[in-house]
Amino acid sequence: MIKLKEVNNIFTMAIFKDNPIFRQILGICSALAVTNLMLNSLVMGIGLVFVTSFSSLTVSIIRSYIPKHIRMMVQTLIISGYVIIVDIILKAYYPTMSEALGPYVGLIITNCIIMGRCESFAQNNSPLPSFLDGIATGVGYTIVLLTIAFFRELLGFGTLFGFQVVGSWWPNWIFMIMPPGAFFMLAILIWVSNSLVPKPDEDKLSPAAAKVGGVN
Amino acid sequence: MADINPFVILIASIFTSNMILSNFLGMCSFIAVSKEIKTSLGLGQAVTFVLTGTTIINYLVYHYVLIPFNLEYLRFIVFIITIAAFVQLVEMIVERYLPTLYYSLGIFLPLITVNCAILGVSLFMVIRSYSFIQAVAFGVGSGLGWLLAILAMSGIRQKIKNSPVPKGLQGPGITLIITGLMALAFIGFSGIVKIQ
Repeated sequence: MIKLKEVNNIFTMAIFKDNPIFRQILGICSALAVTNLMLNSLVMGIGLVFVTSFSSLTVSIIRSYIPKHIRMMVQTLIISGYVIIVDIILKAYYPTMSEALGPYVGLIITNCIIMGRCESFAQNNSPLPSFLDGIATGVGYTIVLLTIAFFRELLGFGTLFGFQVVGSWWPNWIFMIMPPGAFFMLAILIWVSNSLVPKPDEDKLSPAAAKVGGVN
Repeated sequence: MADINPFVILIASIFTSNMILSNFLGMCSFIAVSKEIKTSLGLGQAVTFVLTGTTIINYLVYHYVLIPFNLEYLRFIVFIITIAAFVQLVEMIVERYLPTLYYSLGIFLPLITVNCAILGVSLFMVIRSYSFIQAVAFGVGSGLGWLLAILAMSGIRQKIKNSPVPKGLQGPGITLIITGLMALAFIGFSGIVKIQ
């Protein structure tokens, strides 16, 4: 049975020390496009938590039956299956959001983070820790999305989750809603996180990043 | 979307709605591979080629297989399989018949299978319900736009290699800032054509 300390460890690793976006600059394709509104980011994050956790679980359960050389294909198919579930649920219960997110729901498939977790964690661990690792990675990702969206929506529209929070004196920075705003915001966040938490060990990190980067 | 001139789509997908700079697609390999001009050029060419091929195949598959059988919801799986199969096929053909090209492009081909831009273009094509010619123009244009962006980025990165960048920004941080500036510059193109 998995110990509480282990669970704790998985979560701090995935959310703070090894956060996929800050530390490895992975999966930002779908990250940036949805961050002009907090609500979109939240929905995207929930979808990602769901897909990451369940595909890690599935990969971990059947890991001893997958032939080594076609495992990438199998993982991709498993991930696509879960993404289709997310897409169908969104279309059925939240059609406006489904329209707003557009192709980016489908692009969860090519999000390097999910494949990265399947490949580096679920492939070598038992189902329960893999499932938790998937949730933790997804939550870490969602926190970053929400942080970027917080600043972009606040500065760009003067709202948070659609509610007006600053008065009418606020001149909206249209710039923040446009694509360049997302690039600058993420760069600033990476800068802040690198300055607050110095990189543990350059050499230790790079093989993992290179490995997953090679996939994408 | 039915009446847009394919040529307009071609220009728009290169400049005004560039895959990287306005849709954020293909960022992972964009940041990882844009260190040298030569490799960027190789990857850019491979992406353009694969994009053109997969857009055509996915268009045909979607309109002549998935729609007649009411299987639109399976498009994610079908598209990703098409892309993977196409990349594999191209790799084998190039390796067999064009060994010199294989040595310059071959190493990039496996990287492309899960490049977000490839799947993204196919999905955009479906959402915007392009006709066949429009879809081809969109695929070619997106590929060229991607090539242009990564080539420009690698040029800039070679220039600033020895510049004093703040410690926390080194590597991906400064790359993102440059990408932001490039995106800002590309907004200047948006007056040329008005779509999206």
